[in-house]
Amino acid sequence: MEKINKMTKGKVAGIIANLVFVEVDGPVQQNEICYIDLEGTKLMAEIIKIVGTQAYVQVFESTRGLRINNTVDFTGHMLEITLGPGILSKNYDGLQNDLDKMDGVFLKRGEHTNPLEDDKKWEFKPIAKPGDVLEAGGWLGEVKENWMPHKIMVPFKFEGKYTVKSVTDAGEYTIQDTIAVVTDENGKDINLTMIQKWPAKLAVKAYKEKPRPFKLLETGVRVIDTLNPIAEGGTGFIPGPFGTGKTVLQHALSKQAEADMIIVAACGERANEVVEIFAEFPELDDPRTGRKLMERTTIIANTSNMPVAAREASVYTAMTLAEYYRAMGLKILLLADSTSRWAQALREMSNRMEELPGQDAFPMDLPAIISNFYSRAGFTYLNNGESGSITFIGTVSPAGGNLKEPVTESTKKAARCFYALSQQRADSKRYPAIDPLESYSKYAEYPELEEYFRENIDPEWPEKIRLARNILIRSREVSEQINILGDDGVPVEYHDRFWKGEVVDFVILQQDAFDKTDCSTPLERQKYMLNKVLDIYHTKFSFESFEDVGSYFKRIINQMKQMNYSEYESDEFKNNEKELNSLIEERKIA
Amino acid sequence: METKAFQKIYTKITQITKATCSLKATGIGYEEMAFVHGRLAQVVKIIGDDVTLQIFEGTEGVPTNAEVIFLGRPPVLKVSDELSGRYFNAYGDPIDGGPVIEGEERQIGGPSVNPVRRKQPSEFIPTGIAGIDLNNALVTGQKIPFFADPDQPYNQVMAMVALRADADKIILGGMGLTNDDYLFYKNVFDNAGALDRIISFVNTTENPPVERLLVPDMALTAAEYFAVDKNQKVLVLLTDMTLYADALSIVSNRMDQIPSKDSMPGSLYSDLAKIYEKAVQFPDGGSITIIAVTTLSGGDITHAIPDNTGYITEGQLFLRKDTDIGKVVVDPFRSLSRLKQLVIGKKTRADHPQVMNAAIRLYADAANAKTKQENGFDLTDYDERTLNFAKDYSDKLLAIDVNIEVDQMLETGWNLFNKHFEPAEVGIKQEFVDEYWPKN
Ligand SMILES: Nc1ncnc2c1ncn2[C@@H]1O[C@H](COP(=O)(O)OP(=O)(O)OP(=O)(O)O)[C@@H](O)[C@H]1O
Ligand SMILES: [Mg+2]
Repeated sequence: MEKINKMTKGKVAGIIANLVFVEVDGPVQQNEICYIDLEGTKLMAEIIKIVGTQAYVQVFESTRGLRINNTVDFTGHMLEITLGPGILSKNYDGLQNDLDKMDGVFLKRGEHTNPLEDDKKWEFKPIAKPGDVLEAGGWLGEVKENWMPHKIMVPFKFEGKYTVKSVTDAGEYTIQDTIAVVTDENGKDINLTMIQKWPAKLAVKAYKEKPRPFKLLETGVRVIDTLNPIAEGGTGFIPGPFGTGKTVLQHALSKQAEADMIIVAACGERANEVVEIFAEFPELDDPRTGRKLMERTTIIANTSNMPVAAREASVYTAMTLAEYYRAMGLKILLLADSTSRWAQALREMSNRMEELPGQDAFPMDLPAIISNFYSRAGFTYLNNGESGSITFIGTVSPAGGNLKEPVTESTKKAARCFYALSQQRADSKRYPAIDPLESYSKYAEYPELEEYFRENIDPEWPEKIRLARNILIRSREVSEQINILGDDGVPVEYHDRFWKGEVVDFVILQQDAFDKTDCSTPLERQKYMLNKVLDIYHTKFSFESFEDVGSYFKRIINQMKQMNYSEYESDEFKNNEKELNSLIEERKIA
Repeated sequence: METKAFQKIYTKITQITKATCSLKATGIGYEEMAFVHGRLAQVVKIIGDDVTLQIFEGTEGVPTNAEVIFLGRPPVLKVSDELSGRYFNAYGDPIDGGPVIEGEERQIGGPSVNPVRRKQPSEFIPTGIAGIDLNNALVTGQKIPFFADPDQPYNQVMAMVALRADADKIILGGMGLTNDDYLFYKNVFDNAGALDRIISFVNTTENPPVERLLVPDMALTAAEYFAVDKNQKVLVLLTDMTLYADALSIVSNRMDQIPSKDSMPGSLYSDLAKIYEKAVQFPDGGSITIIAVTTLSGGDITHAIPDNTGYITEGQLFLRKDTDIGKVVVDPFRSLSRLKQLVIGKKTRADHPQVMNAAIRLYADAANAKTKQENGFDLTDYDERTLNFAKDYSDKLLAIDVNIEVDQMLETGWNLFNKHFEPAEVGIKQEFVDEYWPKN
């Protein structure tokens, strides 16, 4: 900003909605940020194309009232995210403006607020010592941010090696104070503060290596953890027609997943859903730490009525924050709802620029943009031997609920877990409506992960999971036959097989996100219930007629649901289990 | 219309298309309003000194030497308490013969509410219709459309819901209303004895379709005035949003934009979201609740208009004719109120969520039994009971002519369970069964 006088200037030459043509008087770069002056209000915009002396800029705000010849100041840098202590628990818009610092009920154009607090003091403790040689991302010291160790690092933009000359003593400092001096390879000293900036659209590469994910990320959602597990540092996506439960599922993950930090990017979705997080998270406890959920959460809210161009930026803002915290050796879960809205923002702009459209009028390079974004997630080993991870799960809102559309198809190539929500399951209120047979986790087949399951859950776990899946498949097969041939047109065993699948469905797959106990199931309990369900599967029952089968298994299911609703190992739970056991005895063939 | 000193006047149009005209002009603001040949128009594109205007009424008969007067401002509505009880056209001009409104001029289509200044909706809006209150409870600050085929009585149901709801203001945004429907609303409102609570912005089929594009913003600007400035509970009715979207596609096609699905503009999602997201609950008690109508063609919800709407709104209410009982019902399978969990079991009795879910599950079992029956298979005793239950449920709870309190709806639910099933078949938490299962 200090160099602004030498910076290129321009004048507005044309306006079509939020695409503005700017005649420039000097050099500009692709994706450079500029500010358009509208009677003193500075509208932020980004260059998306350059033709001769005309820069095509997408304006992040409404262009109402803009005129030809309004002046434009270019900044010389891309959209940059400000990184430093104070990000946790914040509510940002897509451009990292702190929403709580904005005045008034309505968002005002041109209002840009500081993402951090300049005068807040942080309790600093040095980590590096004079003489240490560090690279970008190397830890200099730490401050406590909501009880989380927040590392102050050598800025990501620094290339090469830096020798620590001094690190300030433990004490209270603001983010603007110099906390370390490092010397670069040419012997030049550089003062460092607690803040650094990073261009949102570029991946932070300050780590040593990115191995294949090899650990489970526990989410408390049974159909995920047990049947389609996601790995720490893995990627997944949730496509589904409207109203099938994408947001409810993501909210459940954000509440329960076993991560150090949760970043929620509300990208072009409903404001009321974000308000739900604002209202609930400061009240809800994080079961692992006993602290409030909001203390580990940062929200990027670019709701559907907020400017479209900023919607595109919002997912990059969120990813950059995640990369920053990953470099501190933390386990991050990043959730974006909905990545389709981001793709639509790209489409709107591409159409306005009259680019040659790809399928469904989306830009041709959509698949590349999506896979590039997903590739920023991952488990990493840092240069100092510690590890950190970003697990990323996005939702996709396919037009007409049809999964053969460009955003779903492109995402399918990029993400390793596929949680397909089915309209049919949602209609019959079988929540979460993840289709157990369509969905998959590629991680479940990783030998690293199988090993992890055998060691940490149960030596037979992978076999049990495959069996559960098979039970579901066979149940679906016989149900089709029963539909064709009629209840009494098939042997009674068919009904038995069908209903054993229903037990898996009702007891393991279905989970009430709004019940205080059932909403989250720890792995230990998931194992217990799966074993119980498999026991029932292996039990032979005697039935006279097919009518007995359905009514008997409904009682079994009802009893097991009561178990799911009661606190694990409580008296209530044990009583329900006792009743279940006697119910099993009723028809068990010894 | 009067012209003022600062208004710029031009008389040389260089290009005319079906919806737009272009001319050379300078110092014009984007989205500024103008009169072209006496017709209202808005700036949609400026390239150098070439300015393109969209003319709401269409360009039929506009000559190249027509007078173009720029107004120096975007579209506005004058707001004050005087709006109450009045009828306006899409431009906010009175159509009821009454005086012009005095008040503060506000730009329509204004900025969004800062999400951190919203409050989580939590106030239940009872309507007496069990298909809504029991299964799809409405909450202040919610936005929800009726999805209905054109032959269903959606305007009647919506008027009924509006008048029963406890709102300080009801604002109707009518788009492409037939004259009969317009007169229906007028008649209902005039006779409800609540005219001072009601404000209407109306575009009928007799008006040019593109004018409709202004109606939701007019209605919502008035709504924001009462909700923000006066802390009132405002209910906005938008009918028919399908006709609004059709007008959007007319404009974008005439402006040669690349259409996306179903020849709708690629920005349809954002365009609709900008309207629906005006629904809000404020901490000071003011709120805007939007109930809309999206007509379907042949029940197809995968069409771009209902599809995008469904992705924006907080649920949808499906009307369907139940041929077994010969009444229109609120379809429990396809209807959904996403905010219901904020109030049911909290503002209403604790057994509400479970009664609701159990009844719908049994109704689904009945649907399966029906398929079986239609395929010529024998029905089990359970199947028979679900079918009987479904008929009762449809008649006593789902039909839109039901008008009872929520507690009565729950009682009715328990009585039907008891009449047709055993507790284990219903699958409700034991504590509620113990408390509410009728003891006979
Ligand atoms: N696990 C669940 N348990 C109970 N109800 C659920 C569950 N998941 C979803 N629902 C119900 O479905 C409704 C819609 O869910 P949600 O808002 O998550 O849908 P969505 O897929 O995000 O839709 P959209 O694409 O329109 O945003 C919820 O309001 C709730 O009533
Ligand atoms: Mg959602």
